[in-house]
Amino acid sequence: MWNYSEKVNEHFLHPHNAGALPDANAIGEVGSLACGDALKLYLKISDAGIIEKASFETFGCASAIASSSILTDLIMGMHVDAALKVTNKEIAEALDGLPKEKMHCSVMGQEALEAAIRNWKGEPAVPHAHEEGALICKCFGVTDAQIIRTMRENHLTTVEEITQYTKAGGACGECLDKIAEIVAIELGNKPVQELKPLAPRPLTNVQRMQRTMKIIDEEIRPELAKDGGDIELIDVDGPRVQVALRGRCAQCRSSQVTVKNLVEKMLREHVSPDIIVEEA
Amino acid sequence: MNTIYLDNNATTRVAPEVFEAMTPYFTELYGNPSSMHSFGGQVGHAIDKARQSIASLLGAQPSEILFTSCGSESDNTALAAAVQTRPEKKHIITTRMEHPAILAPCQHLERRQGYRVTYLGVDSKGRLDMDEYREALTPDTALVSIMFANNEVGNIYPIQQMAAMAKEKDVLFHTDAVQAVGKIGINLAELPVDFLSLSGHKLHGPKGIGVLYIRKGVRFAPYLRGGHQERGRRAGTENVPYIVGMGKAAELAAANIVQEQVQVAALRDQLEKEILAHVPLCMVNGDTENRLPNTSNIAFKNVEGEAILLMLDRLGICASSGSACTSGSLEPSHVLRAMGVPFTFAHGSVRLSLSRYTTQEEVEFTARELPAVIENLRALSPFK
Repeated sequence: MWNYSEKVNEHFLHPHNAGALPDANAIGEVGSLACGDALKLYLKISDAGIIEKASFETFGCASAIASSSILTDLIMGMHVDAALKVTNKEIAEALDGLPKEKMHCSVMGQEALEAAIRNWKGEPAVPHAHEEGALICKCFGVTDAQIIRTMRENHLTTVEEITQYTKAGGACGECLDKIAEIVAIELGNKPVQELKPLAPRPLTNVQRMQRTMKIIDEEIRPELAKDGGDIELIDVDGPRVQVALRGRCAQCRSSQVTVKNLVEKMLREHVSPDIIVEEA
Repeated sequence: MNTIYLDNNATTRVAPEVFEAMTPYFTELYGNPSSMHSFGGQVGHAIDKARQSIASLLGAQPSEILFTSCGSESDNTALAAAVQTRPEKKHIITTRMEHPAILAPCQHLERRQGYRVTYLGVDSKGRLDMDEYREALTPDTALVSIMFANNEVGNIYPIQQMAAMAKEKDVLFHTDAVQAVGKIGINLAELPVDFLSLSGHKLHGPKGIGVLYIRKGVRFAPYLRGGHQERGRRAGTENVPYIVGMGKAAELAAANIVQEQVQVAALRDQLEKEILAHVPLCMVNGDTENRLPNTSNIAFKNVEGEAILLMLDRLGICASSGSACTSGSLEPSHVLRAMGVPFTFAHGSVRLSLSRYTTQEEVEFTARELPAVIENLRALSPFK
């Protein structure tokens, strides 16, 4: 059993500011069902940039719920510029600490806050890879910039700690060598050895789910929206992807053609060539 | 607050009769059975009696019963013995549903010692494919290791049939029966397995004691060397009080096997039915047609398992979960992943495992309280 502080238990059992905020003018979303935790942060920010209200909805364990709850307490009344300086360490400290395996929950809070403020400023919620560094962990979508920032703010020195704080490397493990390289460079050491190129490994279920969701959201949905349609991802089971067409697509007689020609083609191209798309 | 213990696949309460049988072997009869005095020697008889009780429960001969320190030791010993006595064969068959005590040594053999390991896959209910198994058996196969019943979802595997298929091809067969013994009847007189593992604390015995059944005539190589105990098959002074406790637990298990399958199963079914009726968006994981009588694994959509467990803990209800967060790993349980349980459900899986000490009132209380726990967490969740 986890050794949670009193504060964590208190915020888990009686979360502050839980639920959607109807008059929010900024929303930040991070994580997903596949990852095992997700946070949707709602903010009401005044024209002067003061966070007047904050609330959250969280899917996750006790420490994820507690981190979200304490975050809303911390930032209420703050100017967005000050809020952007809130670190995951401060979130964890406000809870009287988190088990090291759970530090990623505090990082999730910080990231949601950043995403919400970006949203308020009219910037894209997810920073573009070229702006914010290269994607290192494909399973959990962690970039090198995030890894370095978390390392610096929390004085991390090992790959294991980076996984605990950012989740990077926690699923398939393919990126562990790359993380080791980042650690070595960041600590001012040369990489211990020349890294051997890894043979491509089959996608894990987490990766498959993540990439499929991304492609559907970013590529396929906008296509369908042009015709007044929409799509819902039902399930991913190995190479089989189940989707349901919504809106106008649902009544469309050529929906099967859409599924095969558009959805399956896109997913095969961007996720994995063996994908089979089925209508639920 | 009362404790409602619904985590009997993790460990069980030591039966009061077991504890009572053990105590004299700490306080009075503390001799070493290897000693040349009758004070020590009399303890040897207690070990013989325990061995006999376990043999009777399993339909085995006392000489086929080897005491170990736990189920994991039994599993590791069986694997090591099989590969050492068949050194020319370099292939092992197991499943993706196994306990880490089998998976980890198999992976070790695979990575460090050049073995080829086939991990049989399962369907969405966690069932094995007999054709896939048949095709996996080759002249190079040294051992098949397949669990009798799964700890997380409770699936019971067709060991009779699978062991017979291995026998036809002269392949050794081990089954990890840690979760099965005491819950369902096992008769080794008719079951053609060569090795079988069991554990004391899963059947109301103490922790720290296990058994490995080794069929008479099957070659064996000891894992621990250094003494003549257990006829040279496992060195180390016998853990007498625990062996006696294990023997008593086996006696009780034999006497209660019908109760386990009727009364415990009825309570489990009631609990499961009530939950499914009162909580929307949930489903039972596993093969409900072939399942341990005490186990129910239910997946709740869009909520996270650790949060459920901690809420239940506030009510005194003990359960476990296959969610990523409970283990400190970042992925849900390998069993649920092997079955392809969707992520929307896998993170919210809760295992409720009953025992013969579970009462009607406890089941009613749990069924009454659980729906609100799920509802509250769903209200917090961004996924609706």
